[in-house]
Amino acid sequence: MKGMTIIVKTISSWVKVLIFLFGIYIILFGHLTPGGGFAGGVILASSYVLLMLAFGREFAEENLSLPLASKLDCAGALLFAAVALCGLLYGAAGFFWNFIHQKYLMGTDYEFNLVSAGTIPLSNIAIGLKVGASLFLVILTLSMCCKDFKPGSTENEKE
Amino acid sequence: MLYALCFLLFTIGLYCAVTKKNMVKIVIGIMVMEYAVNLFLIMLGYRMGGVAPIIGRSDLESGLGGFVNKSVDPLPQALVLTAIVISLGSLALMISICVRTYEKYGTFDITQIRRLKG
Amino acid sequence: MSVPLPVFVAIPLVTAFLLPVFAKRGKAVATVLANLATISLLVLAIASIGQSRVYEVGRWSIPLGINLVLDGLSSLLLLAISVVSTAAMFFSIRYMEQYTARAKYLSLFLLMVAGMNGVVLSGDIFNLFVFLEIASLASYALVGFGCGHEELEASFKYMVLGSIGSIFILFAVALVYGNTGSLNMAYISEAIQSNGLNPGLTFALGLFIVGFGLKAALVPFHAWLPDAHPSAPAPISAMLSGILIKTLGVYALARVVFNIFGISLATGWLLLTFGIVGMLVGAFMAFGQWDLKRLLAYSSISQVGYVMLGIGLGGLIIAKDGNLAWASLAILGGLFHLLNHAVYKSLLFLTSGSIQMSTGTRQLREMGGLAEKLPVTRATCTVASAAIAGIPPFSGFWSKLILVIASVQAGYYWVAAIIVFVSLCTLIMYLKVQRYVFLGELPENLQEITENRGSMLVAMVSLACLCVLMGLLLTPGLRASIFAPAVKVLVDGVSYSANVIGM
Repeated sequence: MKGMTIIVKTISSWVKVLIFLFGIYIILFGHLTPGGGFAGGVILASSYVLLMLAFGREFAEENLSLPLASKLDCAGALLFAAVALCGLLYGAAGFFWNFIHQKYLMGTDYEFNLVSAGTIPLSNIAIGLKVGASLFLVILTLSMCCKDFKPGSTENEKE
Repeated sequence: MLYALCFLLFTIGLYCAVTKKNMVKIVIGIMVMEYAVNLFLIMLGYRMGGVAPIIGRSDLESGLGGFVNKSVDPLPQALVLTAIVISLGSLALMISICVRTYEKYGTFDITQIRRLKG
Repeated sequence: MSVPLPVFVAIPLVTAFLLPVFAKRGKAVATVLANLATISLLVLAIASIGQSRVYEVGRWSIPLGINLVLDGLSSLLLLAISVVSTAAMFFSIRYMEQYTARAKYLSLFLLMVAGMNGVVLSGDIFNLFVFLEIASLASYALVGFGCGHEELEASFKYMVLGSIGSIFILFAVALVYGNTGSLNMAYISEAIQSNGLNPGLTFALGLFIVGFGLKAALVPFHAWLPDAHPSAPAPISAMLSGILIKTLGVYALARVVFNIFGISLATGWLLLTFGIVGMLVGAFMAFGQWDLKRLLAYSSISQVGYVMLGIGLGGLIIAKDGNLAWASLAILGGLFHLLNHAVYKSLLFLTSGSIQMSTGTRQLREMGGLAEKLPVTRATCTVASAAIAGIPPFSGFWSKLILVIASVQAGYYWVAAIIVFVSLCTLIMYLKVQRYVFLGELPENLQEITENRGSMLVAMVSLACLCVLMGLLLTPGLRASIFAPAVKVLVDGVSYSANVIGM
């Protein structure tokens, strides 16, 4: 794949940044507005897919290599599990217990601030990372469509 | 009535998945079934003229009772979101297996892909 | 010792995602980690026998949040899952040296274990669906792991039928939610008890039976199993046949039919019929097979039939207001057979993997006289065959005996006759395996083969010891702590909801 014409390349290199930023916004404001980890992650991945379409697969791979993406994938999943386990360990309360919310935010005038939902934004970030990286991996591997590619990407992360 | 349409969509997907010979068409049939179920779930929670189930500052001030009476049910939406994530995963896996099978057999026709019998 | 229940899901899940990080440091680290995970699960599962409690995830109280429920039936299944997965994981240390991408294999394996543990513990019907999908997705990928012609074909077949099954289950979950307004199993059950079944719920029950039936390979829905199970790598075949079809199919079906909808005459007959048809069809189809693993796969269909027969017979007796003692005896037989089958069928698949690794073939006609070359494999395979055919001191005999006693006492003499007849068929089929694999002439090209060493032998021998010793589980003390609570869960039926809400 060589990529498309210069017009498409120029425009998409600009738009890509905006899409990426929008994805981050959707993830960070997931607890206040519609959206969240999954939707934001898909948007993040789509910015890379745009790169892949405009510049060709090799260029996208240079930007975000396969091993790095799979590391990010795992990091997202582990972060998500870590948030859940923190709830378990923090005062021996409970798996997925929203410890930040219960310990530090209850009773303060916190509603509708960016920092108002305790662990939920953290989980959203984790899911966004996971979904973005794994969706990118899926599309990349499918576009390779040849040798050394294993089926079995595992984005069955629970939302 | 609308539920019946959902069921119709479901049966169309099932028909496609069961009768078609092309692997990709089978996958499409399965996805149509999946989306029929998702649609059904969403419609379960829908309420005519309802609002999105997100509490705003004004809702808090005017009391939550009124909000609860007019908002749609958020639970099916969460379920659908999860179901979509899962179906995305299985779709990716199915397509990748289709691609690999095409590489091996050189065809998408399942009547020609039958080494396993008995 | 009371472990927080999410740990059963969290350990394999976290390990599964840690493994790719260590993949670069060499296979050894990843393998050790994965084995540690399964062994710790085994320890936890043994520690949690006989306990029952409800865990509210995130401290949301029951109707609002997701809950995990550990009761007798769950702990029995947890035990079976962890025994089989520990053995299969240990076996794959050596066996998987012929494949590449070991970290991916181990990750998928652990994801499958996480999904199954989740299915068993979940007290929420949608969560059950999610975990079921995690386990099934991992198993689809694992069936196609070899990426050869047949693996891909089998994987696609399995995946299409499995996905249709999952969608049926999702549709049923949606119908149940629409009709009862709850996703929590206990609350659904309560709503059904107070309002009765309406057509929507009956339809949902039908969809559940078809969906879980597809996962369990009950007979009209079994087409994928004889393709999928032989195509996977041997430890995965052991997992799929030994435990996956039981967790995703039989357990989930029993949970839904007994504890949520409540057993009725029609569903009791239906389960019994599924069991009997499965036993007969599986046994007859297995006769004609010349592929070793395919024969074992058909035999799995037949053996799952026994489990369904026990559970269905028990349900039928309960629905007829018969003697509860015989109902619980039948269910005890079914559940004991489930545990037994998990052990000896996974052992048989492991031995078939060992044979395949040594000889490079699965065709019975190309083998023969392997008894001298593979002594340990031969011994373990014989123990497992004796167990599955129901030769007295071994485990399979006791569960079949219980089933026969229960059906005779309850007055179903023809059921007892079928059990004995299929048992005879099983004996003949495994004599065929013994005859063609281990006895007779050694072919020219197999003169040089040697026994496999290391982890494979340890896994096979320990499972064979279990086969011999499983009969001891029926001694009163062990029976009271392992089986009695599990049987009670099914016999009590819909009072499950009161138990869960009260806990």
